[in-house]
Amino acid sequence: MSRLRQSLPPDRVLTSRAATTSFESDGLTAYREKPGVIVLVESTSEVVDVVKLCHEFGVPFVARGSGTSLSGGSLPIANGVVISLNRLNKIIDYSAEQRTITVEPGFINLEVSKHVAGDRLYYSPDPSSGPVCTIGGNVAFNSGGAHCLKYGMTANHVLGIKAVLPDGEVVEFGGESLEHVGPDLCGMFVGSEGLFGVALEITLRVLPQPERFHTVLAAYDTLAGAGDAVAMIVASGLLPGAMEIMDRLAIEASEAAVHAGYPTTAAAALLVELEGPSEELDAEIPLLEQVIRDSGAYEVRVAANKEERSRIWVGRKCAFSAIGRLSPDYLVQDGVVPRTELGNALSAIEALSEQYGLRVANVFHAGDGNLHPLILFDGRIPGEFEQAEHLAGEILMMCLRLGGSITGEHGVGVEKIAYLPEMYTENEMNLMRLIRQAVDPAEIANRGKMLQASALGKGG
Amino acid sequence: MVSLQFRSPHWRARVQHNIPAEELGPLGPLMADAVSKCVHCGFCLQACPTYQVMGEEMDSPRGRIYLLKEVLEGSLPLDEATPYIDRCLGCLSCEPACPSGVPYRNLITPFRILAEPIRARTRFDRFLRWVILQTLPYPNRFRLSAILGGLGKRFASAMPRRMKEMTALLPTKLPAARPLPELTPAVGTRRARVALLAGCAQQVLAPDINHAAIRVLSNSGVEVVVPKNQVCCGAIAAHTGAGELACKLARQNLVAFPQDVDCIITTAAGCGSGMHEYPVWLKNDSKEGEAKKLAVLVKDVSAFLLELGPLNLVPLERPTRIAYHDACHLANGQGITSQPRALLQQIGNLEVVEVKGGQNCCGSAGTYNIEQPEAAHLLGQQKAEAILATGAVAVASGNIGCIVQLQHHLETLGSGVRVRHTVEWLADSIRA
Repeated sequence: MSRLRQSLPPDRVLTSRAATTSFESDGLTAYREKPGVIVLVESTSEVVDVVKLCHEFGVPFVARGSGTSLSGGSLPIANGVVISLNRLNKIIDYSAEQRTITVEPGFINLEVSKHVAGDRLYYSPDPSSGPVCTIGGNVAFNSGGAHCLKYGMTANHVLGIKAVLPDGEVVEFGGESLEHVGPDLCGMFVGSEGLFGVALEITLRVLPQPERFHTVLAAYDTLAGAGDAVAMIVASGLLPGAMEIMDRLAIEASEAAVHAGYPTTAAAALLVELEGPSEELDAEIPLLEQVIRDSGAYEVRVAANKEERSRIWVGRKCAFSAIGRLSPDYLVQDGVVPRTELGNALSAIEALSEQYGLRVANVFHAGDGNLHPLILFDGRIPGEFEQAEHLAGEILMMCLRLGGSITGEHGVGVEKIAYLPEMYTENEMNLMRLIRQAVDPAEIANRGKMLQASALGKGG
Repeated sequence: MVSLQFRSPHWRARVQHNIPAEELGPLGPLMADAVSKCVHCGFCLQACPTYQVMGEEMDSPRGRIYLLKEVLEGSLPLDEATPYIDRCLGCLSCEPACPSGVPYRNLITPFRILAEPIRARTRFDRFLRWVILQTLPYPNRFRLSAILGGLGKRFASAMPRRMKEMTALLPTKLPAARPLPELTPAVGTRRARVALLAGCAQQVLAPDINHAAIRVLSNSGVEVVVPKNQVCCGAIAAHTGAGELACKLARQNLVAFPQDVDCIITTAAGCGSGMHEYPVWLKNDSKEGEAKKLAVLVKDVSAFLLELGPLNLVPLERPTRIAYHDACHLANGQGITSQPRALLQQIGNLEVVEVKGGQNCCGSAGTYNIEQPEAAHLLGQQKAEAILATGAVAVASGNIGCIVQLQHHLETLGSGVRVRHTVEWLADSIRA
């Protein structure tokens, strides 16, 4: 502590109860843990200094941007250090010709697209928390978003990373181009949930803005019907920029929040967005119309202009938080199933919801089979929370049975740490532990996330 | 099948609280309800001007909600939270940014009211608050002290920082007092009858605004009553935690204002927002029912005029570009953003441009520029720079606090750009 205070001004080394209390949770309030100290860093060299000190004294640390993780990824470690990166939000380099931009980790996701918009470029990964979440957090959790169906997750857009490893060594992975000789260390770092240290500079690729968008909202009288439509659209050869589904409850909540014009009588709404050159869309639109008609949609609306499109998307993106209007409590889940199993998965969720007598709202990235069931319950009714938890667990296990995954984009964090061994064999788990041990033997970087802290880590 | 028993029993998506709502008096359940609506998603962070400036969780809406929760639960001492609560502008820009619909106003104002009698303040702090609350809400006293303050400017170098900021905002020469007529009949066929809230500080600092409102209203067929016994709306008092004073003023206005009018018109965003809050201040009071009836009648002059239909306006002589500044308590507090713009656009030859970062507070925020001079100064300066970048020759806005703050910072930057109320622009062009 005294070493920290020597190297940084006192107003950036926070230990007051007000500070440790307000940092005790992130987007997943189920978990709370007070850190020992919060360090507000303002330069990358300060990050390196803090990590070196943590290494020297064996103190665990967590890097935190805007604290929006839905899996407890930025939950503090008891008496550990929180490295608050949100003031580290500068652009280091931008080249419109190269279509690359290098930013510090506290840079806000949506600000990337805003910054490059003048050159008709944009940054594709668009998590719903885009207006607030940071690129550093996106890198740690390989964040997705509605448009990763066509263009891929964060990992597909990170070209290079300068990072500080848990022992204080500064390394550079990748570079300015998409192809590299040797192992894909950049790919390994992205999605490592902070176990390999802290990203200091991130080089992203930005893409030309699509010339034209065609955004369609189709209403279905069953949830499975909307799920099947997704498989039909993909089977037809179309590759939309995004395909999203919201069910009746999600529509109700989102309409209450933003009045985007979703069909409130529908059991499910399918949002499909085609994007690309005008000529391409001219050919694709009739095909999409045909498929949607064949899939049994009873009502189809097309966004007439930019404003309507933007309203539809705001409605979709605030749906999670808007569920807060419908229920005193809810759990957010994040499972994945193969696209062809979507209809089955949704029917199974409906059946489980009835069996448990709890409402489940569904709002998800249908195009890549990434489900986000939200389980609504009232914590004031004894036993209801435990029921909700059981239901959430059963949904995750159902995803695995259908050949899917326990997380699509929110990450394992602390929330799903016990489920990871259900997805991987003991050998695979051991391999992951070995790699982690090689990089961070003392387990000081984000201890207790993704992988259970070993006896050594706990003791350290 | 995996065992489902391992989870922590606290795994919830919502901010949980154990606020003893009932023990906290009539405002307790309101605050508890606001806290329980928060899901801690962080969508408010980027909307908050103080988070933008300070860059730390405690100075964000999410952080403040959390701190307030802890204080109300009794797990955090009040004085550890007050520095962060005091830095809140009360601009409410977190409210439109919140997807879960947290009514932040029902948390911050009641909390300030509840905390004020028991919190620690320095003697200088108490003195400043006393000066503000004993003068600002009372036009005659404020007029006198503003004259003294204006004279006192020459001693500014000897003053503490906050005194200096307070007097710096005062004009060197106050405009002459212009009493308002008690009744102004509608010109032509009467289309509506309204009561006008005169306001307190605005009557001293810019008496022309209400006269402009009366001119536009009456020439548009609206009869305007200015109730005689009305007093300050109480917003300044409530928003700084002086709950008793706020309630006293609100009760006086409940008696003073007639209910047989189509609308009660406010010309200052803060006052409009304040009068809408009467039912909150008077929660569980015998006057709560009356407060609710009055609150639904309250409407900002711009919203009322737009609903009235097209105005009979003469175009400006030459093309003029002005910037529109959203007052927080108009945009966030009352959801009024399009109406004033639409009205101004009815004036021929007038081009209305947007200010970059327009959603950010100008730092006036009631008495914030006196209580938190550093942050207020930075926000004011940023706003003035953004206005100058538009190339506008003047500014329109709907709140006296913003008008004074912007004018001060524009002048400090050496600019001659004038800031006027939306309704003054309309009054210049209305066909009499």
